[in-house]
Amino acid sequence: MTMLSKFKIAALAAGVALTIALPAAHADEQYFPLQSYRVGPYAAGGTGFFGGFIDYLNLVNTRDGGVNGVKLTWSEAETQYEVERGVEAYERLKSNPNVAAWNPLSVGIAYAMIDRITADKVPLITINHGRTDSTDGRVFPYVFPLLLNPYSETSGIVNYIASKEGGLESLKGKKIVVLYHGSPYGKETIPIYELLAEKYGFELQQIEVPHPGNEQQSQWLTIRRAKPDYVVLRGWGVMNPVALKTAAKTGFPVDHIIGNVWSNSEEDVIPAGDAAKGYTAITTQASGTEYPVVKEIVSTLYDKGQGNLEDKNRIGSVYHNLGIVNGILNVEAIRIAQEKFGKRTLTGDEVRWGFEHLQLDPARVEALGAKNLFHSINVTWDNHEGNGYVTFQQWDGKKWNVVSDWIAPDWALLRPIIEKSSGAYAAEKGIKLRTAEDAEAATN
Amino acid sequence: MSDFDWLFFTEVLVGGLLSGVMYSLVAIGFVLIYKTSGVLNFAQGAQLLFAALTFVSLVERDLHFVPALAITFALMVIIGIAIERAILRPLTNKPPITLFMATLGLSYVIEGAAQLLWGTQVHALDLGIEDIPFDVGGVFISQFDIFAAAVATGMVALLSIFFRYTRVGLAFRAVADDQFAALAVGLRLPWIWATVWATAGLVALVAGLLWGARLGVQFSLSLVVLKALPVLVLGGFDSVAGAIIGGLLIGAAEKLAEVYLGEYFGGGIEGWFAYVVALAFLLVRPSGLFGQKLVERV
Repeated sequence: MTMLSKFKIAALAAGVALTIALPAAHADEQYFPLQSYRVGPYAAGGTGFFGGFIDYLNLVNTRDGGVNGVKLTWSEAETQYEVERGVEAYERLKSNPNVAAWNPLSVGIAYAMIDRITADKVPLITINHGRTDSTDGRVFPYVFPLLLNPYSETSGIVNYIASKEGGLESLKGKKIVVLYHGSPYGKETIPIYELLAEKYGFELQQIEVPHPGNEQQSQWLTIRRAKPDYVVLRGWGVMNPVALKTAAKTGFPVDHIIGNVWSNSEEDVIPAGDAAKGYTAITTQASGTEYPVVKEIVSTLYDKGQGNLEDKNRIGSVYHNLGIVNGILNVEAIRIAQEKFGKRTLTGDEVRWGFEHLQLDPARVEALGAKNLFHSINVTWDNHEGNGYVTFQQWDGKKWNVVSDWIAPDWALLRPIIEKSSGAYAAEKGIKLRTAEDAEAATN
Repeated sequence: MSDFDWLFFTEVLVGGLLSGVMYSLVAIGFVLIYKTSGVLNFAQGAQLLFAALTFVSLVERDLHFVPALAITFALMVIIGIAIERAILRPLTNKPPITLFMATLGLSYVIEGAAQLLWGTQVHALDLGIEDIPFDVGGVFISQFDIFAAAVATGMVALLSIFFRYTRVGLAFRAVADDQFAALAVGLRLPWIWATVWATAGLVALVAGLLWGARLGVQFSLSLVVLKALPVLVLGGFDSVAGAIIGGLLIGAAEKLAEVYLGEYFGGGIEGWFAYVVALAFLLVRPSGLFGQKLVERV
């Protein structure tokens, strides 16, 4: 064999290998790269959320043949919730064609991706989390903290406490302790609690729990001495059950502890056993299996052995239902964008346009089989959160029960603070504020 | 000083001492291995997690407490022996840092195996001990923490008797004292090391059950090793008594610091304050309060 023929064979082999390695680009497919975490310390949340998300995408494919004939595809890369793995997964998966949106469900990974996805012009969805000022679509065109940002969460919790006490006026003279995780996530709401305390006249004490939060004796003794009316638990991971157990140990009533959106899952209360009975937490989506869309997922997928969760008992859990709602929002954004750009595979920027017109009123939510699973969403080009409503659920030792109506955070109060923060970010980064006209243009 | 709330101070102090006992439980596992083989076993936390996860998973499969405990203990012994055979024996006479890195890798392997075997879900572990506080002259004391302290005290007493009065214990001490001399008098090092690792497995099981009941059985359980490290620095890496005293000092110091000094540093200081105390001790007594001073002939 001559050198030339050896070279040709090598080149042919390399070509074949490349063809196998890269997924074929079909014109009628829309791809979701999933930076999931199914092993490691946060696997319980990861398997639930990504399980629910995949279940919904699968339902749309199986039931409807995709979105207007465009099949939904996805692949997963394991991150173990670690930022460097998440970024590595991003670099690996972004070469796949027809990327619709990124959904890492991790504050750290999302932060690390903001500049990258902005350059790539592909949406980054941070449902219920992420940086608050990314709500401002003028500065963050591709980031969507859908349904709830940390400031809205804070306002929702304070409004709920007020409703229990007889109105916002009744907060005057009350004492609230915020027990927060010692991390940027935990500290993000410190200024907004201070602002609300000043506005409504309640006494406020904010106490930090060092990461990971497996020791809280001194914090809860301090709380017992402070004698607050309520404790807001802004926890994460092991901090949550330890907080509930230590509260019981120091004699603080559990039904006066209100958990935030990352302290509201089964994984947060089950390890605490009886100490969690009566604990209440905020949520944007109810748990349970009674919603038509969840029932449809069970009958279409799980009854035929095609569901994503290994343990069927976790169907309808907080993380699973959050994944389903996340699936609904992603799919509806694509559907809305298709109405404008055509029923075909869309570019990331076109999907961004879809998210910026993601307006699902309660009637549309009901039509999607999700009445009372979540309330509604109203995303616009400059409001990327979309004014999500919140509700509160109480743990009875076996399951969560909804104990409030849908509550609206005080968005009007929060918006100027968000704009102040996003404005500072824009000035620091030299970002020119986007206009409505800029937002209407989408590249294909 | 008349305004000083002594009752509250006592409550924080007692709470800190009881927390310190929990740290000591983890530290004892480190001491056992270090004392006899000179290895700082970073996999102790993963072993603790594996033990707790195995036990709770068996109980959830309707096995009664005692058989579940027996099976878990048997598994921990097998793992201990396997570690000695597969990792330590091939690395005999390698530098301490090599052995440390091996246990670091081992901790990831054990964590991965635990997840593979028992899944990723979190579990509640109920040992049947009430955790309702009781009031002693206005000071609230946790029943569970008292129980944990009693278990830790019992374990230290048993280990002390074992080391001092049994043939195996004497062999452990001989190996700890001088491995070459122990070999010269006919002691079988591999067997002794395997026994030590099995004993450390038992300690991991007890610590895993108590910590699991306290935190819930989940993957961050393995992070409790971070609480044991300052205890070891303070008490000495090769002293069981040092682990207990070190635990009490660290527990009390970090809780008092958090409550009385925390506000001057923005709060949340107990995590690093324990290491500040340990570092200060390290500068004054590098071998810890009860650790053996290293004397080398040159």
